[in-house]
Amino acid sequence: MVQLTLPKNSRIMTGKTWPKPDGATNVRKFQVYRWNPDDGKNPQVDTYFVDMDRCGPMVLDALIKIKNEIDPTLTFRRSCREGICGSCAMNIDGINTLACIYGMDEIKGDVKIYPLPHMPVVKDLIPDLTHFYAQHASIMPWLETKTNRPQKEWRQSIEDRKKLDGLYECVMCASCSTSCPSYWWNGDRYLGPAALLHAYRWIIDSRDEATGERLDELEDPFKLYRCHTIMNCAKTCPKGLNPAKAIGEIKKMMVERTV
Amino acid sequence: MAYMTDRKRAEGMGSAKSGTEHHWHMMVSSVALAILVPLFIFTFGRILGAPYEEVVAYFGRPFPAIVAALTVVVSFLHFKNGVQVLIEDYVHGTMRKVLIIAMICLSYAAAGTGLFAIARLAF
Repeated sequence: MVQLTLPKNSRIMTGKTWPKPDGATNVRKFQVYRWNPDDGKNPQVDTYFVDMDRCGPMVLDALIKIKNEIDPTLTFRRSCREGICGSCAMNIDGINTLACIYGMDEIKGDVKIYPLPHMPVVKDLIPDLTHFYAQHASIMPWLETKTNRPQKEWRQSIEDRKKLDGLYECVMCASCSTSCPSYWWNGDRYLGPAALLHAYRWIIDSRDEATGERLDELEDPFKLYRCHTIMNCAKTCPKGLNPAKAIGEIKKMMVERTV
Repeated sequence: MAYMTDRKRAEGMGSAKSGTEHHWHMMVSSVALAILVPLFIFTFGRILGAPYEEVVAYFGRPFPAIVAALTVVVSFLHFKNGVQVLIEDYVHGTMRKVLIIAMICLSYAAAGTGLFAIARLAF
């Protein structure tokens, strides 16, 4: 059976409450998941107070401020700070999103920050995405051709290029896959919305010549058909993409070549 | 502990090369039920609470009997396929296979029982 409760060593305890900044009048409370693999303790939620008059507007700004000024041991991934690299994906206020483009004005009350759900945690807010990346690699996310390479470039019409809009923008932040209950229960075999969106991006690419092989590889009750159109992926995607629609299109193509 | 590469874990045993047929059958039975269920409610509802002789005579007519028989058969085929997906979602290991077999037997038994009941009324 799927595991519906957290194992004993993953149950979250109350953590440390850090002091409020001196002299600040506009203070906001942050509750942040902490777990250190080296201390042998259960995860805990630490409470921090941030002076909002001296902090940027995004959740990542607050996390960086906490790390710089309050608790340097707080661990999280971040890089581009503008929603391009996908590094700072985490669960903020109950939704998987990118901390760098999620404004604190969108959150009512305390800011609660957890790592992406249902993934092994490396430390604090860093999930282990090894399997997620390997699944992405397994769908062959590159142009596959059989025709001899043209002298110039592989040509594509404007109309065909437009078909890739809404697909190529994915930054592989894993927000969608980790919001999907099917991926929670069967993530070992189900490819998840992100990998399937990328699969569709190459299936629909007019220049790609491996459409049949790609569909063959996806024709599986678990790799593809675990998607039950729950739509959490589309709701949570910080880039506004719709992986559920891409998966639906793959299913339509599967039926198309069968019936 | 298994020294397996990440790619090996992700690939697993490869594609089963099946799934679309199951998906297509679910779609077909859904469409069929969208037509059959209103028809069944309409025909079955008309005779609900009537005396025994009247019910037997009613199901002796082809249309109500065929609608009821088709509804029973298609419903349980749809149930069989749907519950299989449910079990595959939530149950892992040997128990998955045991439950799928049990559910398939249950579905066919229920469909057979329903058909027998309708046949007895009709003939």
